[in-house]
Amino acid sequence: MRPDHHPSRKILLALLLALSLGALLTAAAFAQEPTPSDDEVNRVASQLYCPVCESTPLDVCPTQACAQWREVVRQKLAQGWTDEQIKTYFVELYGERVLATPPARGLNLLMYIAPPLGILFGVYLVWRTLRKRAPAAAAPVEAPPPADAATDEYVRRLEEELRKR
Amino acid sequence: MSETPLPDVVPTARKFPWGALLAFVGLCAVLGVVGVGLARSQQGTVVVGREAPNFVLTTFDGEQISLRSLRGKIVVVNFWASWCKPCEQEAADLEAAWRAYQPDGDVIFLGIAWSDIETDAKAYMDRFGITYPNGFDLGTRISQTYRTTGVPETYIIDQDGVLAAIKIGPFESVAEIRAVIDALRK
Repeated sequence: MRPDHHPSRKILLALLLALSLGALLTAAAFAQEPTPSDDEVNRVASQLYCPVCESTPLDVCPTQACAQWREVVRQKLAQGWTDEQIKTYFVELYGERVLATPPARGLNLLMYIAPPLGILFGVYLVWRTLRKRAPAAAAPVEAPPPADAATDEYVRRLEEELRKR
Repeated sequence: MSETPLPDVVPTARKFPWGALLAFVGLCAVLGVVGVGLARSQQGTVVVGREAPNFVLTTFDGEQISLRSLRGKIVVVNFWASWCKPCEQEAADLEAAWRAYQPDGDVIFLGIAWSDIETDAKAYMDRFGITYPNGFDLGTRISQTYRTTGVPETYIIDQDGVLAAIKIGPFESVAEIRAVIDALRK
């Protein structure tokens, strides 16, 4: 068997090896999805509540189940889902009760309308009360206006009638 | 003696108290909402002896099963979750009971995963070898309809669609499950 001393073959082999290695490394880099940070996960989790605990935001919930739900958020973020898409996904699975901010419709509307209305009404009451009191306190005491003759007569007769009784 | 006619006393026009009316209406509305909420919370679970509320379960295999379509059969509806430790206690017993009744076809078991994660739920089913139809309680609509108080809870519905029994908490044994079902078999 004749040994292969052809230099161009060696170069070609080396090139092929380098290309294959390069392709492998590139594929591995593309296969790795970016891992969202805890802050990114918590940004979404803070907009959600634990589906099974009472009034506990998902970002601070200490249970194992919540940790798993935060992992779901992380996975979805890694897959490129938006905050809204993740929230919709949670609502489809666990209902609207998982939303930190309930949608403004139906009875939920009361939560959005009642407090501002109450505040406005309170401000109106305060303003009205102050308006009524302010002139009385600020205005100088004036002499009573002269009563007209008819009223005088009325008062005189009223007193007379009262005396008779 | 001539009398001078009394002067007409003109009452001062009083404004309609719109503010008070508004406050009253607002208060009534708030009390109404609170009342409805309280009434709902006091309702408790669905009542044994009355028709069980219908629901449609989408199983993990994508099949849709309506409770109404199972009329004529005894239906065992079990609410569970993979993170629920007491659920593990009864999981194997439920599967054993299902396998005992499956050949006759007159008893159907439905598992409803409540507030769970799909991968965890499927891993739980694999772990306990659960073969009867299971699916998510999407949007917690079924548990809300049945006003469940947690997991595990099991609702047993007779052939006429009437709720025959409710088990809050895990079954202790296969015998306990079978005792409830056998009482309904004709």
